[in-house]
Amino acid sequence: MAASPVLPKLVGQRVKRREDPRLIQGLGTYVDDIKIVGMQHVAFKRSDLAHARILSVETSEAAAMPGVEAVLTGAQIAEFVDPMPIGTPFPSPDHRAVATDIVRYVGEPVAVVVASDRYLARDAADTIVIDYEPLPAVVDPERAMTGQPTQVHADFENNLAVALVPGGTGVSADLQTVDDSAVDAAFAAADVVVSQRMHNQRLAPTAMEARGVVAHYERGKDTMTIWSSTQNPHILRTFIAGMNGMGQDQVRAIAPEVGGGFGAKINIYGEEYVVAGLSKKLGLPLKWAEDRSEAFLATTHGRDIIGYIDLAATRDGKVLGMKLRLVADIGAYNMLLTAAIPTLTMMMANATYDIPAIRATLTEVFTNKTPTDAYRGAGRPEATYFVERGMDILATELGMDPAELRRKNFIQPDQFPYATQMGAVYDSGDYEKALDLGLKNADWDAMKQERDAARAEGRLVGMGLAMYVEVCGLGPSSSLPTGGWEHSQVTIERDGRISATTGASPHGQGNETTFGQMLADQFGVPLEHITIHHGDTGVVKQGIGTFGSRSQAVGGTALHLAGGKVKEKMAKFAAALIEAHEDDLVFEDGRISVKGVPDSGKTFAEVAGYAYVPVPLPEGLTPGLSEEAFFEPANNTYPFGCHISLVEVDRDTGEPTLLRLVAVDDAGNLINPLIVEGQIHGGLAQGIGQAMIEEVAYSEDGQPLTASFMDYAIPRAADFPRFELDNTVTPTPVNPLGAKGVGEAGTLGSTPCIVSATVDALSEFGVKHIDMMLRPEKLWQIIHGGQS
Amino acid sequence: MIPSAFEYERATSVDDAIAKLAATGGTGKLIAGGHSLVPLMKLRLNEPTTLIDIARISALVGIRERDGLIEIGAGTVHHDVATSALLGAQCPVVSDTAATIGDPQVRNRGTIGGSLAHADPAADYPAMLLAVDAQIHLQGAGGPRVVAAEDFFQDLFTVDLGPDEIITAVRFAPVRAAAYAKLYQRASRFAIVGVAAALEVTDGAISAARVGLTGALSSAVRLSGVETALVGQPATAATVATAATGAGAALSDVSADLHASEAYRRAMVSVFTKRALEGALARLSA
Ligand SMILES: Cc1cc2nc3c(=O)[nH]c(=O)nc-3n(C[C@H](O)[C@H](O)[C@H](O)COP(=O)(O)OP(=O)(O)OC[C@H]3O[C@@H](n4cnc5c(N)ncnc54)[C@H](O)[C@@H]3O)c2cc1C
Repeated sequence: MAASPVLPKLVGQRVKRREDPRLIQGLGTYVDDIKIVGMQHVAFKRSDLAHARILSVETSEAAAMPGVEAVLTGAQIAEFVDPMPIGTPFPSPDHRAVATDIVRYVGEPVAVVVASDRYLARDAADTIVIDYEPLPAVVDPERAMTGQPTQVHADFENNLAVALVPGGTGVSADLQTVDDSAVDAAFAAADVVVSQRMHNQRLAPTAMEARGVVAHYERGKDTMTIWSSTQNPHILRTFIAGMNGMGQDQVRAIAPEVGGGFGAKINIYGEEYVVAGLSKKLGLPLKWAEDRSEAFLATTHGRDIIGYIDLAATRDGKVLGMKLRLVADIGAYNMLLTAAIPTLTMMMANATYDIPAIRATLTEVFTNKTPTDAYRGAGRPEATYFVERGMDILATELGMDPAELRRKNFIQPDQFPYATQMGAVYDSGDYEKALDLGLKNADWDAMKQERDAARAEGRLVGMGLAMYVEVCGLGPSSSLPTGGWEHSQVTIERDGRISATTGASPHGQGNETTFGQMLADQFGVPLEHITIHHGDTGVVKQGIGTFGSRSQAVGGTALHLAGGKVKEKMAKFAAALIEAHEDDLVFEDGRISVKGVPDSGKTFAEVAGYAYVPVPLPEGLTPGLSEEAFFEPANNTYPFGCHISLVEVDRDTGEPTLLRLVAVDDAGNLINPLIVEGQIHGGLAQGIGQAMIEEVAYSEDGQPLTASFMDYAIPRAADFPRFELDNTVTPTPVNPLGAKGVGEAGTLGSTPCIVSATVDALSEFGVKHIDMMLRPEKLWQIIHGGQS
Repeated sequence: MIPSAFEYERATSVDDAIAKLAATGGTGKLIAGGHSLVPLMKLRLNEPTTLIDIARISALVGIRERDGLIEIGAGTVHHDVATSALLGAQCPVVSDTAATIGDPQVRNRGTIGGSLAHADPAADYPAMLLAVDAQIHLQGAGGPRVVAAEDFFQDLFTVDLGPDEIITAVRFAPVRAAAYAKLYQRASRFAIVGVAAALEVTDGAISAARVGLTGALSSAVRLSGVETALVGQPATAATVATAATGAGAALSDVSADLHASEAYRRAMVSVFTKRALEGALARLSA
């Protein structure tokens, strides 16, 4: 009998991240670590008014400073830099990388300095004098919808960026006809209707590494290399080439280590256009590194959607219909995906429930704030929040246990694939299983007793539950203007080691580890023999990028397919070398041998050596072992889960404390549970942050009030209880791995379940809903009625 | 987040620091931990031409007993104050206060002298120094000078410190029955309201009380109304609850910002006065 293989299978194992040793030791290379001989530094002079007409920009003092290479106004930049790109089909106002006539938010660039060092560039920018005619600013989107007190863009009446798009039951595919009869009938038949306005507040993504760009145009070769802290170097390359009038073959985009993106680094930014355009114009390598103050103002924000929800139900808790009216405050401009993000809130309004009639509408509004775009979860946490808070309000109204209300309305396992009222087709799911595991892990009934015992002592303790379903594995090309596929190439090198590329450019997802695990199992080689290359269009032939929790489901599948192709070819070379039939071969312990006869085998180096010097060349084969694959899924994936929390509020101060967080997540098959837990932890941190302490605030006149970490709170590890995680496994049929995606999941369930727990804690004061974030003063006012 | 250009010098002694500071003619600044000054420089809210580094003057560092008092050198970092065995045994409120400042990085660099000189209206130390009735020792070209904590804190970022003077140390008589209670601002972790209370009790009655407040006004103050209400009363929970009740309402010019309105701050002054006093009482019996 043959000995069993020495190398263990790695898929499904808690393999430690291969990326971490270098990152923890400070050995990673980020954009700001890139230095090129002759490199000059760029600084942006930014608007300190929220809305104003630029009357003049005085740059002469800056231009005269020794070491200053160039000073340019918006008008001068517009001569060679295209307007900023929009990736959505909605009409969009002209958006310049550097403002030419009107500034529309604090932080918008007005002038650009190029100088020999970063400090000088900043000093020179400080000397630029801008004469403004201040205009009224608007920060409240519902006020902006009245057209008062100002028009952010002259051509967009009442500041409507996207005017009332209908969705749901009875809406024709072209959105032209809307039949409300089913929704009206549901509400007419209902025993109970609950209604609530909620705000899913504005957040700042605050990646640990702010943005940065280095661009190097080489005149002799007529090529451009651009390094940027981006989630999608291939998309960046496409736009930078187009903007500069260059071919995509002439531009190489590199995302070196990226210290967090959270969706905010999908966008193509004005700073990228300006630095690349100026490098070509001046023939100099240029660098811009965003500082933290700039990051709060000039990197896109997330969320900021108001939701009006009405739920119609029978007395025994069957939801008959839902109305959801969304008003999204998108800030001053449409960025790459801005207008599309709130459409994902519409798309996921059906949540985990079999709701027979839904009317949703969406209005997107311009205001004088930083533009919004994707932020971890991007539209789905908002949908989850509105619907789950609505379900809780309904449960309270009906006097029903929140878990039982959910159970009564779930889409059932035998209903999948399930076409929702909102036009999505959920791939697979078993929501009740996740709920049951959540209730069991939390020990829901014991939790209730604990809560009631605490209340008897006068403490304010509450519990909350939320279900979620999200859309991940962003795919088919019909839904993404960039294309909805991913690409990979797997190469057996001449020494038998494996190189693989992926277009899913990681920035914390750990693809070097998970993709390595997959190839290690596929080929039966040690993880150490595999290198995953990413984030460089010069090395990775094609790709889309990492967002929408797509890297494993889409990128991982492309890798798996490319690996399969090479393996097939390698088996043919091995068969010729061993003089066996390829169907009888096994790949184990770094060798390819006849099943049951390990001594018959050849090492990877031997087979690769033969494949690259194929004498004689087996019939029907070409030399070499390198294959590529594109993969486009037929549908998205729909992971889901159940989050439960226990919260205590300090009666004297209103300070909320999270006592427990129990999460059950179902991301389909897991490649690496350790990495999945890390992703959940990060998502929970940001979801808890949104519920409890994070909020971007502006004054009435559009001045940012939270433009540093002194005023914008982000959670720290010490603020959390020990997360109690678990998972169910419901594989997806849309890819051969059965993997759904997990990067954003933690932000969906945690936020509503914490707000619900807090509302429950304050139930003795008759409160129905509390808007985020849970500012202690707000809770204190509920407790004390504003009295001290 | 990019400061303007400056020169850097390292002082070797207190006298050397004073001389170097004077030589800049008012445009230079001392730097100790840099945890208040450097952020201001990065935001270009403060643009000194020369920094004189006093962080390595060993005479400024350390916690010791002297003439029945405890002395903390101005250059002592918050971490050392927070973990001092001497303070833990004799005057734990000082360590407790230091332990609430910022995060480990801040506590490993920031100094008590820097905190006092900077006088952020939400800084923690000032309330505590008022409660322990500390003396602040200064030195300038004209020689040394001592200022009572009560006279030192004057207004927003304003203290009784000459342009060429340096804080060398703080001294106080140790009090065991003292405690600090703080409502954290959740972003910066400075105090929205911080109250330090120290009690002296003879035969079960409060014979002396000092209560220091930070965060609520433009600078740290003593809550004399609360102190008066305590003295002569039995050292009980009921006494402190009564004394604390009106603490917030009695104040004028209470601050308001994004994190806390005036009404909330007033209410929190009462809550944290009560908590600090309860903490002091608990130490009495411990
Ligand atoms: C993230 C963060 C969080 C913080 N949280 C808190 C908090 O919760 N509570 C709190 O109280 N503080 C907090 N701080 C402030 C911190 O305590 C500072 O360290 C302290 O205020 C200044 O001490 P320093 O030694 O760093 O002074 P520096 O920044 O070096 O100097 C500050 C000022 O004092 C002057 N100075 C320094 N030493 C002397 C001296 N011996 N004599 C005369 N002048 C001197 C300097 O010239 C300068 O004007 C925080 C700071 C940061 C960065």
